[in-house]
Amino acid sequence: MKSKVIDLDAALDNVKDGMSIMIGGFLGLNAPLACIDRMVERGIKDLTLITAVNSYVGGGLGIGKLFENHQIKKYIGSHVGTCPAATEQHVKGEIEVEYFPQGTVVEKIRAGGAGLGGVLTPVGVGTLMEEGKQKIEIDGQTYLVEKALKADVAIIKGYKADKVGNILYRGTPNTNPLMPLAADYVIAEVDYIVEPGEIAPDQVGTPGILIDAVVMGYGEEKTHEIFRNIWIRDKKLA
Amino acid sequence: MEYRELIARRAAQEFKDGYVVNLGFGIPVLAASYIPEGVEVILQGENGIFNFETVSKVGEEDPYLADAACQPVRVLPGGSTVDIAMSFAIIRGGHVDATILGALEVDQEGNIANWALPAAPGKLVPGMGGAMDLLVGAKKVICTLQHTDKKGRSKVLKKCKLPLSAAKVVDLIITELAVMEVTPEGLVLKEVAPGVTIDQVKAVTEADLIIPDSVPEMVL
Repeated sequence: MKSKVIDLDAALDNVKDGMSIMIGGFLGLNAPLACIDRMVERGIKDLTLITAVNSYVGGGLGIGKLFENHQIKKYIGSHVGTCPAATEQHVKGEIEVEYFPQGTVVEKIRAGGAGLGGVLTPVGVGTLMEEGKQKIEIDGQTYLVEKALKADVAIIKGYKADKVGNILYRGTPNTNPLMPLAADYVIAEVDYIVEPGEIAPDQVGTPGILIDAVVMGYGEEKTHEIFRNIWIRDKKLA
Repeated sequence: MEYRELIARRAAQEFKDGYVVNLGFGIPVLAASYIPEGVEVILQGENGIFNFETVSKVGEEDPYLADAACQPVRVLPGGSTVDIAMSFAIIRGGHVDATILGALEVDQEGNIANWALPAAPGKLVPGMGGAMDLLVGAKKVICTLQHTDKKGRSKVLKKCKLPLSAAKVVDLIITELAVMEVTPEGLVLKEVAPGVTIDQVKAVTEADLIIPDSVPEMVL
């Protein structure tokens, strides 16, 4: 099997202005921080960004930097509140924002990757979420039709990958296992790259067939340092 | 007692042994500090984590593990982590026993508004996060909030004015003044805070309150 390991910049050559992009992570944790930082340096712009939740509280990390550098044209997710730049740009009308309940965004992505047209959910019935959406009654319960979501690119974060793209997750993998199915080109950023066979088959969270490029992230030591420093700064750790 | 602690202490009394609970940011999370003796609950974080506690000493953190507020945590023995689709399937599927969530407004029909403030014409902030899913999916919904806003206006209303997070889902409302239960007959005053009279509660409550013959004081 051919190695999928490539240079981070070579992978990001596939991410172009105006594309739709899913980025894994939850408030920055288990997010592909090295790819995002390089996207900021490269200034890839007019992106439609799809995530479950927004940046780390206060921004300044992960996708928060994409908003701060004005690279986002449209945001699809469950909130902007944790990211001051996203909030400000939304209020000023500089970016378009499409809100969905968090579990709904997740299911839209899952449906997109699973060959489904969408999902039926009771969440949002009786709220603004109904606007412009089809409602269906099944056995006396009302559901909203939420259409599937796909993207041009997904960038996810794993702990380890083998050279053919099998991914091992660590901790809280959040949205990372869902996104590889729902995008045309999939970059997996990881903190370790190992030989095929070194990740036990039953520990593989995402099979390599779904991954197009494996790129080296900041590694465990630097990832640890980034979060330790942020948590100390924010008085979560002392 | 400071109002946040009072509300959190009273809310924690709703936990039953073995409950799987999801706590929103702010006062709800505080409730975890006042879990009654002999009661064990399993905390769920919607990012996909079960049975955890926050850590606060440098060296205890794991940079790949956090709760739904991105705080460093450790998973307790018997806990687990899952991906976010599994996490929300568990929430939506009715496998979470109770959620405690804050609100901007709540009303006598059990409607709740906690996601959208109009920041500019047509622009709502901050967004709902996982609140709508929890409100619809959790078996019991407990809403904690201050009884009035900064201008002294009631946040316990006849009908919510702000965009709803979910319709007719709240079971119990706990404020620094009272505990109120949403019933098919209407909103029932169940308890008052120590030293607070029924009339004082009525004076700052826009919602119609049903007052039973006996309204005990909260035991904190």
